[in-house]
Amino acid sequence: MSELPVLERELPADRPADPKSTAVAGQWRLIWLRFKRHRLALWSGAIVLLIYFVAVFSDFIAPTTAGYYNADYTYAPPQRIRLWGEDADGQRHLLFVYGYEASVDPIALTRTYEINEDEVIGIGFFVRGEPYRFWGLFPTDIHLFGPTEAGQPFYLFGADRLGRDVFSRTVHGTRVSMSIGLIGVAISLALGILLGGVSGLAGGWLDEVIQRVIEFLKSIPTIPLWMGLAAAIPLNIHPLIVYFWITVILSLIGWTDIARIVRGRFLALKTEDFVTAARLDGCGQQRIIWRHMVPSFMSHLIASTTLAIPAMILAETALSFLGIGLRPPVVSWGVLLKEAQSILAVANAPWLFLPGLAVIVAVLALNFLGDGLRDASDPYGN
Amino acid sequence: MLTYILRRILFMVPVTLAISLVAFIIIQLPPGDFITALTAQMAENNETLDPETLAALRDRYGFDQPMIVQYWKWITGIVFRGDFGQSFEWSRPVADLIWDRLGLTLIVSFATLVFVWVLAFPIGIYSAVRQYSWGDYIATFFGFIGLAVPNFLLALVLMYLSSRYLGASVGGLFSAEYVNADWSWGRVVDLLNHLWVPVIVLGTGGTAALIRIMRANLLDELKKPYVELARARGLSETRLLLKYPVRVALNPFISTLGWILPTLVSGAVVTAIVLSLPTSGPLLLNALFAQDMYLAGGFILLLSILTLIGTLVSDLLLAWLDPRIRYE
Amino acid sequence: MAPLIEVADLRTHFFTDEGVVKAVDGVAFTIPAGKTVCVVGESGSGKSITGRSILNMVPYPGRVLDGAIRWQPDGAPPVDLLALDPKGREIRAIRGKDIALISQEPMAALSPVHTIGNQMIETIRLHLGLTKADARARAAEMLAKVGIPRPKDRLDSYAFELSGGMRQRVCIALAVACGPKLLIADEPTTALDVTTQANILDLFRELRDALGVSILFITHDLGVVAEIADEVVVMYLGQVVEQGRVDDIFHRPLHPYTRALLGSVPRLTRHRPERLPTISGMVPSPFERPSGCLFHPRCDRFEQGLCDRSAPELDRYANDRVARCFKAGAGS
Repeated sequence: MSELPVLERELPADRPADPKSTAVAGQWRLIWLRFKRHRLALWSGAIVLLIYFVAVFSDFIAPTTAGYYNADYTYAPPQRIRLWGEDADGQRHLLFVYGYEASVDPIALTRTYEINEDEVIGIGFFVRGEPYRFWGLFPTDIHLFGPTEAGQPFYLFGADRLGRDVFSRTVHGTRVSMSIGLIGVAISLALGILLGGVSGLAGGWLDEVIQRVIEFLKSIPTIPLWMGLAAAIPLNIHPLIVYFWITVILSLIGWTDIARIVRGRFLALKTEDFVTAARLDGCGQQRIIWRHMVPSFMSHLIASTTLAIPAMILAETALSFLGIGLRPPVVSWGVLLKEAQSILAVANAPWLFLPGLAVIVAVLALNFLGDGLRDASDPYGN
Repeated sequence: MLTYILRRILFMVPVTLAISLVAFIIIQLPPGDFITALTAQMAENNETLDPETLAALRDRYGFDQPMIVQYWKWITGIVFRGDFGQSFEWSRPVADLIWDRLGLTLIVSFATLVFVWVLAFPIGIYSAVRQYSWGDYIATFFGFIGLAVPNFLLALVLMYLSSRYLGASVGGLFSAEYVNADWSWGRVVDLLNHLWVPVIVLGTGGTAALIRIMRANLLDELKKPYVELARARGLSETRLLLKYPVRVALNPFISTLGWILPTLVSGAVVTAIVLSLPTSGPLLLNALFAQDMYLAGGFILLLSILTLIGTLVSDLLLAWLDPRIRYE
Repeated sequence: MAPLIEVADLRTHFFTDEGVVKAVDGVAFTIPAGKTVCVVGESGSGKSITGRSILNMVPYPGRVLDGAIRWQPDGAPPVDLLALDPKGREIRAIRGKDIALISQEPMAALSPVHTIGNQMIETIRLHLGLTKADARARAAEMLAKVGIPRPKDRLDSYAFELSGGMRQRVCIALAVACGPKLLIADEPTTALDVTTQANILDLFRELRDALGVSILFITHDLGVVAEIADEVVVMYLGQVVEQGRVDDIFHRPLHPYTRALLGSVPRLTRHRPERLPTISGMVPSPFERPSGCLFHPRCDRFEQGLCDRSAPELDRYANDRVARCFKAGAGS
């Protein structure tokens, strides 16, 4: 019996080929071309980059330090940034906030705040403020922006119960919350590639054992397990070590998904023609794995990894919120949200929820980015 | 089918064993044993335990003996006597404290599961059949929000909104008069009146995830030739949709029960703390803070085993629904 | 004799994000009662979409823009199937009863989670209104008719328990279960191995003779055409380029494309080891259709100024043949 696909042979050499249809593009370039068409993912990628930028330079970007407080402004509401306006003397100002008029209820001892339009607090860039050490190394007091005169009240996200600036603290929290996701995923990735690779390549009883362990880990409800482990971290050790342990605990479950993907890919690739071809060409086992198999699923793995970060961020937030993850003086989004735990505090100061907004934005952006990357990394998608 | 069930149940034995080991390790993690903690606490209250009681306790938990013996005493106590150890925080056996709370946890989780399914199933079908319609976009949007907002934040916002605009607190599972009452028809109604808040809070994330899964599955199935052939056989659109692609897409949907249950139980713990529900969450957290480790370990063990049973049920359900698994 | 069905000026286009694909662009042919008509063409020639258009079930984002499908069984007044609501009751009563579809992948064409009997009985009861027991008996009878051993037991089997050839037999039994007048078989043998292919082709011939059913047989395989066809319709880029009786098409092709197709079939009678002739060039992209005659960039009789300027019409030739070429038949 004869078949027609013969007809679909390539163009004979004497015809000029259409340059568009035969253009050569590497794997990563193709992924980028596909990714670029995914608008939402592109924007999300930009937001993620911005968030990580903030995380790296948080102490410079924040108008003040994480610990700075002013008891005169406990639970002060957020100020609105004004682009232009006049003060009481009729003088014009650009970019400023109004000050507060505080009054104390003599019985309940609570403060209430009114906007004081007579007091204009100018916003400046590269202003001097609270001294700090940039990256813990270089002492300086320059902040990216803040009140032109140091010490003036400047609360874009309002103030908490001690009169600390929620905005500055949210910016500071970015570093811890975002890096915990990143480091946790890095650990998960290392474990996942190692164990998934062993499982997929070696097979046999080793594969069986690793698969059972994965099934076991996946069947345990994570929060109680994390809670149990996190609660065992002693209270009196250095916050940095607590941070490290929390990351390790979060990675304990995270690696399972990545290991499954790696194993699945290795199993599928084993029988692919190009792997057989490489073997017949005399490539060694190592070379086949690293030069032929790994590159073919790397992009997919990166996409899955991106999708794993938000889960880590949410987990850290939940643990810290409960008070068994990170603890003050470390500042993370979860630690900040712990301030919002009591309904009484939130009823009077709903702006304590604002760090939650940072969580939502970061998680959404990472999710969209991961989805876009996954679609783009699929070599058989359009 | 029978061998499948048998194999599946047999598989649970080593897993349960592993879980009990993990729970035991968690119990052992904090420095010192609970007798040291107990005596310290009693000393604080100017009380002392007589040496005989201490010795009896030591012997009962095997504190002077190697780890493996301690584990053996603990696990055999649970299996043969239902004895989970003593909660020194409450000065009562753990078993007394756990069951009531666990029952309510189960009720909340089960109600949430039903809520998630009832909501996600039709919305997922709608989203797939009317792909790129307004309804689909709205469902997708809420899906992403549900995915990104942490449970506890949602609970807090709900509490804030209700106290601010409804003037009522939405915490707890019972009104004041029913908290310690015995079960009665009134108490059940009262429970149902309170249940919707935790169910919504807990269910949002799961519903979002399931809608996405159902939509993706169904979109895959709708392109399959058997759907076209069913249409070519003269079946009406509704009938063929429900009988074929929805039925096939149901299988991965059912198998999500395996992972949605652990997430639900996990989420229930955090949410319960925020909403101060009388379920296992707050008690577990307190136990962990107070290093009341037999109580904490008991909870972790039982919550894990509950999820395991749930996963087993979903696997059996799947085997019953999908002949391809049954005949493997 | 009046044809069973007449496809007239059918235009089915797909409105994709990248542009409009003219999958079927002015197709016309007839199927006489009791005959087998083969539609031949490369992938992308629109042959499958033609089959779907007859059942008025073009998949999204396709739409029938123009044309008529005149269905006139037993000399009844013709019904235009395209004028019916594609989800309505009338067309559903015809689908599966009078016109049945057999698709390319026998595995994927049956539900993975329902038994074979379930699907057959469903169809039989839907169209013939039998009781459950009667429908079951008829289903078993049909399975026996297509050569499935132990048909009664097989009713309770699932598709994945059968071999590829058996599955296709089940699909055929499902198609003929309600006594259709027309079978649309879309590449029913492509996914099967060669021996099974031959068996299934035999089955089609038996059914045609036993039931008097007409068959629209869609294939890209000229060997299959030679085995089974009474008439042949050759399609290229959504258009019919030639139609005629199978002997005429094979021995005296009018269109250069048909000739090229036949030339690229390997033959045992060719003794000298030589390269298999191929048709030069590729099927053009669906978005860049050539001007004039669609085949002219690949044609060996291409005439500058004529073939690339104006599009040829379907012309009639002797022996009830049609061809779409300015130079049909010249110099063969």
